[in-house]
Amino acid sequence: MKQGKVLKKVFSYLKRYNWLMLLSVLFAAVIVALTLYVPILIGDAIDAIAEGAVNFELVMFYLKRVVAVVLATALLQWLMNVINNHVTYHVVRDIRKEAFDKLQILPLKYVDRHPYGEIVSRIITDVDTFADGLLMGFTQLFTGIVTILGTLVIMLTLNPMITLVVVVITPLSLFVANFIATHTYAMFKTQSETRGEQTAFVEEMIGNAKVVKAFGREDESMEVFDDINDRLQKCSLKAIFYSSLTNPCTRFVNSIVYACVALTGAFTVLSGNMTVGILSCFLNYANQYTKPFNEVSGVVTELQNAIACAGRIFELIEEQPQVPDEASAAELSDASGEIVCENVSFSYTPEQKLIEDFNVRVKPGQKVAIVGPTGCGKTTVINLLMRFYDVKSGEIKVDGNEIRHVTRKSLRQNYGMVLQETWLKSGTIRDNIKMGKPQATDEEMIEAAKAAYAHSFIKRLPKGYDTVIGEDGGMLSQGQKQLLCISRIMLSLPPMLILDEATSSIDTRTEMKIQSAFTRLMQGRTSFIVAHRLSTIRDADIILVMKDGNIIEQGNHQELLAAGGFYAQLYNS
Amino acid sequence: MKRLLIYLKDYKKECVLAPLFKMLEASFELIVPLVVAAIIDTGIGEGAGKGYIVKACLVLFALAFVGLISSVTAQFFSAKAAVGYATKLRHALFGHLQSLSYSEIDRIGTSTMITRMTSDVNQTQTGVNMVLRLFLRSPFVVFGAMIMAFTIDVKAAVSFVAAIVLLLIVVGGITKISIPLMKQVQGRLDEVLLVARENLVGIRVLRAFCKEEEEVQRFAEKNASLTQHQNKAGSVSALMNPLTYIIINLAIVWLIHTGAVQVHHGVLTQGEVVALYNYMSQILVELIKLANLIITMNKALASANRIADVFEIETSMEWKDSAMSSEPGDIAVRFEHVGLTYNGAGEEALTDIDFTVKRGQTIGVIGGTGSGKSSLIHLIPRFYDATKGGVFVDGKNVRDYTQEELEKKIAVVPQKAVLFKGTIESNLKWGKEDATPEEMEQAIVAAQVADVVKAKGGLSGEVAQNGKNLSGGQRQRLTIARALVKQAPILILDDSASALDMATDAKLRKAIRELSYQPTVFIVSQRTNAIMDADQIIVLDDGQIEGIGTHEELLSNCVVYKEIYESQFKKEVTA
Repeated sequence: MKQGKVLKKVFSYLKRYNWLMLLSVLFAAVIVALTLYVPILIGDAIDAIAEGAVNFELVMFYLKRVVAVVLATALLQWLMNVINNHVTYHVVRDIRKEAFDKLQILPLKYVDRHPYGEIVSRIITDVDTFADGLLMGFTQLFTGIVTILGTLVIMLTLNPMITLVVVVITPLSLFVANFIATHTYAMFKTQSETRGEQTAFVEEMIGNAKVVKAFGREDESMEVFDDINDRLQKCSLKAIFYSSLTNPCTRFVNSIVYACVALTGAFTVLSGNMTVGILSCFLNYANQYTKPFNEVSGVVTELQNAIACAGRIFELIEEQPQVPDEASAAELSDASGEIVCENVSFSYTPEQKLIEDFNVRVKPGQKVAIVGPTGCGKTTVINLLMRFYDVKSGEIKVDGNEIRHVTRKSLRQNYGMVLQETWLKSGTIRDNIKMGKPQATDEEMIEAAKAAYAHSFIKRLPKGYDTVIGEDGGMLSQGQKQLLCISRIMLSLPPMLILDEATSSIDTRTEMKIQSAFTRLMQGRTSFIVAHRLSTIRDADIILVMKDGNIIEQGNHQELLAAGGFYAQLYNS
Repeated sequence: MKRLLIYLKDYKKECVLAPLFKMLEASFELIVPLVVAAIIDTGIGEGAGKGYIVKACLVLFALAFVGLISSVTAQFFSAKAAVGYATKLRHALFGHLQSLSYSEIDRIGTSTMITRMTSDVNQTQTGVNMVLRLFLRSPFVVFGAMIMAFTIDVKAAVSFVAAIVLLLIVVGGITKISIPLMKQVQGRLDEVLLVARENLVGIRVLRAFCKEEEEVQRFAEKNASLTQHQNKAGSVSALMNPLTYIIINLAIVWLIHTGAVQVHHGVLTQGEVVALYNYMSQILVELIKLANLIITMNKALASANRIADVFEIETSMEWKDSAMSSEPGDIAVRFEHVGLTYNGAGEEALTDIDFTVKRGQTIGVIGGTGSGKSSLIHLIPRFYDATKGGVFVDGKNVRDYTQEELEKKIAVVPQKAVLFKGTIESNLKWGKEDATPEEMEQAIVAAQVADVVKAKGGLSGEVAQNGKNLSGGQRQRLTIARALVKQAPILILDDSASALDMATDAKLRKAIRELSYQPTVFIVSQRTNAIMDADQIIVLDDGQIEGIGTHEELLSNCVVYKEIYESQFKKEVTA
């Protein structure tokens, strides 16, 4: 995304807070004007303190003004800060919300292709960095520029010659800052690479701390850690030290400016063209004028970073969403379970063809087994049935309705799905079981847990069904998680089932019991089963044999054996 | 917080020198208004002439230059101290994390340990750097300006004292209020992150259950709560600048007023009033800088607390410093009425486990999901402490061993086949640092992994992080080889052959039986055929022993074992 386009987008978000923004800009201008006015008043007051002839009345007059101006400035400053905070945090909230909303309608294609960490860092870290940059931009960049311009104008009215001196020397500090920034870039890069190396090592060792302990390798891993740590120390020191030179160097330039103003100013006073009061306020201005340069150079880097981050977020927000439900889409309710695939073709990428011209007719209540070697693309079928992905051509019909003509919600509600890779939501056991049917009573829930043989272990948890489980199941074993996922289905009892190796992590004895519960559940329900167990496969009404992503054979056990194809080969191996 | 400061110990010199040079720089800055006053009073007022002014300005140049040099020196020392501190802290933290026992590792979780080790330590590094550079400079400038003011005029300087006291109250008060608020913001951010992560990891399930709208709602709530807390913390911080601005400027008004009186009485000159005014301005500039940095500082403090929290977690496992003598009899392992309750668990994971294992025996452990198989064998190398009864290895309670001594006696193949980045050789040497190529070769052959090692290019074959370049079965066999290299008298295989086919598994067991050093072997498995030949089989159910005996004995007297056996026997027949 181009910087200009990103900025445009940022402004479109700011637009919602138009009048607040306007107020903020207005306040900033007033604040700068007032801040610049104070030294003038004080200069006037000092001029009224001529030795031997102090004009008390005049001094008091100016001082009273100073008090009034200062109070007004402070009030406006606070209001401006609050407004800036408000606008920034709300813009960030809006962007984050939009990104998350987008996440819900993004096609799975996108999510499957990007690592979770990357998307999370866009929604969290990038938005955060953007917030920091935006806030800094608000508070410092704008006031900084206005201050520079305002000071310039005032100095020009006071004395053009001295102003010229200031204007000529100050950009030096920008140059110095820029010089240091470009030269330390490589050092920072080395630092972040070494940091990355260390994080990877820590992740490996701490993530597998139990193995490290079992082999008593603490000392050896400490050695490796120290080696990386020492290298990190060296390159960090370099990066931090050289980059920290910016501030002293720009301050040095400022001091030079200050001395030059003092020199030319004093000469001007001597020649009678300026008063001492004006000189003192000129010196003050010289200070005020050079300070924003330091700030602005810092803010510009920060802003560039923020814009880069914003670009990454907008990329996510502007990603092509999934095709929305048709306006005329029908609601599918209580499907009988008749599923027809007609000339279905599908592939994840155009270059690699997967399913080609696939046809199958599943009658209500039939059992369909999907078999094939590991990695043959069994999940592709699930992706298509649940409409996580859309077919490239052809049609999939449920009860005679093309699935693209019914709402996704109603289609998915008619399926019950248990995946090999279990997933639980952080929350209580109860929340998790009731996920598919929130209105269920506790009795129904316990009934379902019993049917899934999960009740006995849930009962023994510290708080039973109210036990809070952490992110992705936390302390539960893989087998226990699978039992909970099965409980969900036992509770919601949808008309069609998809079971993807639903019992792979459960011990054989419990598995046998669950299998009988599944058999009862499958009665009258159309079901799709991914399984290795041949007994399950043999009983299936239809077997889909997959290889390299394509469905190469279909039929029942006898037919396929008789055909003597890939299935027969698998079966006899 | 104090706990973390000891890591600055070796940088005492830098910690003194950095602020010292910073102060030096500040004192040069403090001289500037005096020079300006001299220019005004002597150069202009008394007509000392252009020569005097030029000289004074040269002094200003010199001051700027010397200031630059001291400032650069200070930056160097503070960077050195901060980076050194962070290095030492990371070292100590890593060491501490490694010293924690399994119970604590379970409790803390990996990801938070990693963030504390990395980003939190970096935050405190920035904090230390800043403190050394600024938090001494700022008070020095502030108090220095005050003292300079006193040298000029006591009466006028009183306004400085009043202003500084007020400022301390304001800065302190705002910091105190805003630190807890910032912690709350950080906590809310964690929650937002959790929801976002969950929605990615669980996207299929959430969509299958049509939870999109609910999740949008949930995210919106967390997000709004974050915004609200950010606003709250922001409003407090927003007070800092306006308040300091008011205080300083009111002090200036007071200063000029008293200054006017003093000039009237002939105690002060006009130039001196300008100097006083300049000092006050310097304080203002310094404080604005300080206020902006306090936010960074607060973040560092919050991180420091998070790190200190980790240091506070003491390992719950005490090891003996010196070993008591043991009398190696013919009993290798003995469990005496052992019970185990995990931290925070409602019920015992193991109840009244009691059995004896003779030297050289092979023991099978079998049972259903969550029956306590792994828990049981984890007690032998003392990964966890039994909460009831005692575990004895070679006749001695495991609690009476030194860590090193016990570790030498036992080789474990964990359930999760973990390998580390490096070569096959570097991984095998985890078992024995000085293993010879022959010893490694033997272990490789016994673990049935010779073909894999050959295909990967021998011992120097590369292993990616977590062994990603190997299949599950290959990894499992390499972890077994790693344990065999150790040649420990007790070998524990925790369901570590699950990815192997029956034939390989059988060959592996045969090779283990024929090991020259004849270890006592524990095999945990879900498959009956993996343990059928064991001298003793322990059948676990719900954390209790359902039966102990040989395959034949158990078939006739243990219902659970019979059920397991039959469920698999049938399976094999149908398959």
